[in-house]
Amino acid sequence: MEFKQVLQQAMLGLYNGAFYAILSLGLAVIFGLLNIINFAHGALYMLGAFVALIGLTLLGGWLGSPDLAIGYWASLIVAPVVVGLLGVVIERTMLRRLYQFDHLYGLLLTFGIALVIQGLFTQFFNTSGEPYPGIPPVLQGATDLGFMIFPKYRLWVVSVSLAVCLGTWFMIERTQLGAYLRAGTEKPDVVRAFGINVPLMITLTYAFGVGLAALAGVLAVGTVQPSPVMGAEMIIKVFAIVVIGGMGSIIGSVATGFLLGMVEGVTKVIYPEAADVVIFVLMAIVLLLRPAGLFGKE
Amino acid sequence: MKKTVICGLVAALCASAALPATAADGAKISDGVVRIGVLTDMSGVYAQVGGKGSVIAAQMAVDEVGGKVLGMPVEIVSADHQNKVDIATATARQWIDTQKVDMITELLNSGVGIAVQKLASEKKRITINTGAGSTALTNKECTPYGIHYAYDVFALAKGVAAEVIKDGGKDWTFITADYAFGQSLEANARAQIEKNGGTVKGSVKHPLNTADFSSYLLQAQATGAHVIALANAGGDFTNAVKQAKEFGVVGGGRSLVGLLIFITDIKALGLDAAQGLKFTEGYYWDYDAQTRKFGEAFMKRAGSMPTMSQAGVYSAVKNYLKAVEKAGTDDADAVRAVLGEMTINDEVIRNGKLRADGRLVHDMYLAQVKEPKASKGAWDLEQILRVIPGEQAYQPLAESTCTLVKK
Repeated sequence: MEFKQVLQQAMLGLYNGAFYAILSLGLAVIFGLLNIINFAHGALYMLGAFVALIGLTLLGGWLGSPDLAIGYWASLIVAPVVVGLLGVVIERTMLRRLYQFDHLYGLLLTFGIALVIQGLFTQFFNTSGEPYPGIPPVLQGATDLGFMIFPKYRLWVVSVSLAVCLGTWFMIERTQLGAYLRAGTEKPDVVRAFGINVPLMITLTYAFGVGLAALAGVLAVGTVQPSPVMGAEMIIKVFAIVVIGGMGSIIGSVATGFLLGMVEGVTKVIYPEAADVVIFVLMAIVLLLRPAGLFGKE
Repeated sequence: MKKTVICGLVAALCASAALPATAADGAKISDGVVRIGVLTDMSGVYAQVGGKGSVIAAQMAVDEVGGKVLGMPVEIVSADHQNKVDIATATARQWIDTQKVDMITELLNSGVGIAVQKLASEKKRITINTGAGSTALTNKECTPYGIHYAYDVFALAKGVAAEVIKDGGKDWTFITADYAFGQSLEANARAQIEKNGGTVKGSVKHPLNTADFSSYLLQAQATGAHVIALANAGGDFTNAVKQAKEFGVVGGGRSLVGLLIFITDIKALGLDAAQGLKFTEGYYWDYDAQTRKFGEAFMKRAGSMPTMSQAGVYSAVKNYLKAVEKAGTDDADAVRAVLGEMTINDEVIRNGKLRADGRLVHDMYLAQVKEPKASKGAWDLEQILRVIPGEQAYQPLAESTCTLVKK
């Protein structure tokens, strides 16, 4: 085993880690502020990829003018907004009724929502998915990192992910809005007494969390076929990462997201057969030693 | 699932009600109806290869004979096996025991195929497997009533290995899906590569349903082999090809070979990413006037061109009904005997002969994915380079380990 090869795999792992980080960040925000274990996250990630795909390939035809197609750059904004609006609908019509009950009800409801969304897309797009032809030329091709040739697109995704994660952390931990959010979940009555609209804040938080999932979906179309099952495969690992990082911990989910992406990457060279389970093995170990997760509060 | 149970109960009630009236002329057709079960993956990774399309294909074959054979109605039942052996065998058992299903087809997925073929044979029912690849079906696991149609991993590997080595691709490495099908595909390809004077430099196994292949591709590239063979299917195959392009793995004397490619995979990938891939195919809609006739009729009903598995279902049902007609009964022994004597030539299968081990030997095709500029329509995706006659494409009967083969 050469050091260079390990470095290469870690770099590839960092790319997968970028997705783990954005997705687990969304889950952490939603769990931290709403106490909902959002199992629909994988389906909403898939939906983000499909908004990009439909926007580029089908929308122009539906509206009768090819100029109305939504390209890749616009999708980075449009997909999170569209999925975020769907999040508003889900929160207002369904999730809201469950806050008073156990976590389990939210988990079951969101799992059901995921199955419905996935089923609908399978009906129309089938399980193999479709190619996404819209990656801008500027992101195509590769660049020499010294120890490996690395596709530009992957560098772009890693940087977007880092920026989004840092931005979110900053917003929640270091701004007044974040302070309201954190206070609103701890003591909603007190915050309401200050004249702040807590239910609206919660709705927007959910929309923001699922918007993050949709953004990850758009980023994924560069390397993975948009397919109705893409989220179902991803979500289980992401949940393991959230548990390792500590449920609801923002910094924990981002750090473990990137870290475990790299661990998984290196495992792929050292012992490829274990690459799929290494995250779950780590989860078991962490739960034994630190039940609240690496960054969780006891 | 529930729907099939209800349909089954209704069908069983109708059948028992109708029995006294038809008992006289239907004596040769058990319970007065010929029932064909399409057992397939309706919702999982292979749903697009078979699924609803296969039910449509079976129905097309039934409609062609006016829905009747020997004056008795023919019915299609279908169910989703979810790629799970327990669900598949439970469904097959219920179909045979309570719904009097006479033949089961498609069976996409090797694990499911082997289990159902065994169960059906114990109950003297014919299975015509068009969807699974494993050669075990006609070797160790062969049965007197199990028929393997359309393709198998031996034929897939043989055609393409010989061709690629002839073109100078002598050293190979594998990226293999880590389960029964992938391993069997790799083993068959290795044997063919060595037989043709090539060498295998390495192999890396990946779990089923992998989204990121970059690591495996770089490992394959590091072996220095000129040919990287993908022993996987469906979504795994499409993601691997897409990322091979991203990392520039192909080019500079290095090429990618897909060992199992369905037309729907090419459609899903797009010609940009898939162009130039060579592979073995069992049916292509645009081969000649006859294949076009079925392909276009299927397109009208299903909205896509048929895969070799879906086309196989059509041909299997059609020829099964022909054999029932000829035998004058739906008794499994009699029908299997007639099928063994027939030469199958239709819109899908060319020069088909059914052997004692259950293998349907027929012409296969060496195909190549077209360049985008050579494609004239949405489904104009493949170019057939040459025909591989059945005897050359499939494992010779003498090498079969099936106990039914006289040695």
